[in-house]
Amino acid sequence: MKLATARMSRAAPGRLGPVWTFLFRYGPPRWTEYVLRNWSGQRLVIAVPYLWLLVFFLVPFLIVLKISFAEFSPLGRPPYEPVFQWLEEGALQIKLLIGSYVYLFNEPLYVSSWIYSVKVALISTLLCLCLGYPMAYAIARATPTYRNVFLMLVILPFWTSFLLRVYAWIGLLKTDGVINNFLLWLGIIDEPMSMLYTSFAVYIGIVYSYLPFMILPLYSNLEKHDNTLLEAASDLGAGPIKSFMRITLPLSFPGIVAGSLLVFIPAVGEYVIPSLLGRTDQLMVAKLLSDEFFLNRDWPKASAVAIAMLMLLVVPIMIFQHFQNKELQANRR
Amino acid sequence: MQAAERRVDKSKTKHEPWRDPHAEAYVRFENITKRFGDFVAVNNVSLKIFKKEIFCLLGGSGCGKSTLLRMMAGFEAPSSGAIYLDGQDMADIPPYERPVNMMFQSYALFPHMTVEKNIAFGLEQEKGLSRSEIATRVTDILDIVKLGQFAARRPHQLSGGQRQRVALARALVKRPKLLLLDEPLGALDKKLREATQFELINIQESLGVTFIVVTHDQEEAMTLASRIGVMNRGEIVQIGTPTEIYEFPMTKFVADFIGSVNMFEGQLIEDLPDRARIQSDELGGTIFVDHGISSAPSATVWAAVRPEKINILRSPPADTKENCVKGVVKEIAYMGDVSIYLVKIDTGKTVRVTLPNVERLSDDERIAWDETVWLSWHASSPVIVTQ
Repeated sequence: MKLATARMSRAAPGRLGPVWTFLFRYGPPRWTEYVLRNWSGQRLVIAVPYLWLLVFFLVPFLIVLKISFAEFSPLGRPPYEPVFQWLEEGALQIKLLIGSYVYLFNEPLYVSSWIYSVKVALISTLLCLCLGYPMAYAIARATPTYRNVFLMLVILPFWTSFLLRVYAWIGLLKTDGVINNFLLWLGIIDEPMSMLYTSFAVYIGIVYSYLPFMILPLYSNLEKHDNTLLEAASDLGAGPIKSFMRITLPLSFPGIVAGSLLVFIPAVGEYVIPSLLGRTDQLMVAKLLSDEFFLNRDWPKASAVAIAMLMLLVVPIMIFQHFQNKELQANRR
Repeated sequence: MQAAERRVDKSKTKHEPWRDPHAEAYVRFENITKRFGDFVAVNNVSLKIFKKEIFCLLGGSGCGKSTLLRMMAGFEAPSSGAIYLDGQDMADIPPYERPVNMMFQSYALFPHMTVEKNIAFGLEQEKGLSRSEIATRVTDILDIVKLGQFAARRPHQLSGGQRQRVALARALVKRPKLLLLDEPLGALDKKLREATQFELINIQESLGVTFIVVTHDQEEAMTLASRIGVMNRGEIVQIGTPTEIYEFPMTKFVADFIGSVNMFEGQLIEDLPDRARIQSDELGGTIFVDHGISSAPSATVWAAVRPEKINILRSPPADTKENCVKGVVKEIAYMGDVSIYLVKIDTGKTVRVTLPNVERLSDDERIAWDETVWLSWHASSPVIVTQ
C-alpha cells in the first residue's frame, strides 16, 4: 500500500510521456517486471533481434560515420583527430571534414574502381541469372524425389569453405593449371591461355560462388507457380514460349529481383575473389578500402569508402524490400 | 425436386437432336480409355454430344469426369480411343490450337493482369486481330457478364462470383466452338449459384455455344443440362435428359446418386407386359408396378421409390396388400417448403418420405413423432432396376 501511494505522488506533476513514466515510476530493478507485464510476446520476440542490430550494427555504423568525417593524423593513435571535443571553457567542439568524400569523387583511381566494381557485379548478376533461371526452373519442374537431390547438389558446395573453393580455382585457371593442360592435351590450343589474374577469372569466381543465391530464391518462387495458369494460357491459344513470356516470367519477377540482389550486393563489395583471382592493375572497391585501412592507415578515407559503398547498396536493398512486400501482398490473397 | 421442375419448364424449347438417328454428332468420344499407371481413370467411354447442347458429366470425385474434360481440352492424351470435334480428329492437336476453351474449376485467372488483360489474353494470341477489334470484343463480353466497371481490377480484388464471371468471359471471348466448364459454380454460395446457373443458360442460348459441364452437384446438372451423363468408376452408366435420369434410372447407382430414394430388394414373382409384382422381404409385402420388367423369372430386383412419391396416411387404406406398409414416424425434419419424415416400417427398415407443406396446419393436425402411419404409393411410382 505504501508503495502505491508513493508512486501516485511521483506521477502526479503533469502528464509525462510513457518513456518518462517508464524510467521514473519504476527503478531499474523493476524494468524487467514492467516489460514482462506490459509487453506482448510479439514485441519481445521482435525486440531481441532489434537490440542485436542496434548494438552490433547501428552503433558501429555511427562510429564509422563519425570517423569518415574526421581529420587524418598519420602518427596519431588512433590515426585521426577527434571529431567531438570538450573545450576547456565547457563548450563542445564538433569538427566535421568532408575532405575524404571529396577525395573519393575526384581521385581517378577511386572513380575507376567504383565503376569497375559495379560493372563486375552487374555482369556477374546477369550471368548468374542466365545460368540460374533455367536451373531453378528445371528443379521446380522435377518430380519431388529428383527435386530434393538437385537442391542438395546446389547447396552442397557450401559444405566446403568459401576460401578453399576460390583457391581451388587458382589451380584450375593458372597457366600450367588443369584447364590449360587439358586443352593442350586435346590439341584445341597450341599455347596456354592466361586466364588467372583477369576479369574473366573474377567472373568465374563470382558466378561460381554466388550461383546458389540466385537459384534458391528463383526456385522458391517458381515452385509455387500454379500449373493451371499455364494450362489456361495454353487453352487460350498461347504456345509454350508465349506462355513462358507472358505468365511464368512476369510471375517470377519477385524471384528474379531477390536473386539478383542477393548476387549483386555481395558482388559489389567482393574482396576475396578479386584479390585471389583478379587483375592487379584494376582494383575493386573493397580491395581499395582494405588497402586504405591496413596499408595507408587512413581510417577516415577507409570509413568514407565504407559509407559510400553502403549508400550505393542501400538503393538496391530498398528495391528488394519493395518487391518483397509486393510478393507478400500477392501471396496473402 | 425443385431442379427437376425447373427443367420441365425449359424443355418447352424442344431441341433434342439425340432423338434423331441421322443427326450429326458435334463431339464424339470413341472408346476412350485413360490409364495413370495401373489406375484406370476412364474406361472405354463412347459419347456423342450435339451442337448447342449443354451436356453435363455428373459423378462423384474420382469418377473420371474431369479427366474426360481434360482430354477434350488437350491437357491429357487418351491411352486409347479417339476424340472428334466437328469431324476432326483431335489426337495430334495441342491445346493451344484447339477451337475449344475451358473454364477452370479454380478459374486460373492470371494474378498479374487486370480483368481486361485477362480477357484480352486469348484474343492477343489470335492472328489478324487489330487492337481496336480486341478492345471492342473485350468491352462487349464485359457487358455480357456485367463486369464493365471492374475492367481495371486485379483478380484478387474481386469476389468469388466476379472471378467466376471473368473466367467465363475469358473463355467465351474467343468464341470457341465448344466450351468446357469444370465445376463452374463450385465456389459460389447457393443463392448466387442459382442466379448464375440461369445466367449461364441465357449466355449459352444467346451465343449458341456447345457446353460440356463437369459437376458433382446433381442440382447444378439438373438445372443446366440438356442431357446428363452419369459417371461411376471411369464409366458412363447412363445418359439421358434430367427427367429421364431422375424418373427412370437404369441402375441402383444412378437411382441412389441422383436425389434420394428408398430401395427395396425383392424377387420378381410376376412379369407380364403390362404389370409386374415383386415380393420384397425388406418391405414385408408386395410391390405392384403397372409396367413389365422383361427380366428372368424370380430374378432379384430392386424397386426404387422416390420419397416425394409416397403418401402418408393416418388410417389404413382400402387395399393394404400391395404398395402399402405400416410404420412408425421416427424423425420429422421441417424444411420450410417440404417436410421430411423418416418412418420405421415393421421389418426394421427406415423409409424416407417428403411431403410439401401445402397448408399451414396446427400442431395436432400435423403428423407427430411416434405416430403409427401407413405409407402407400401409386403403381406407376416405383422404378425397377435389375443391377
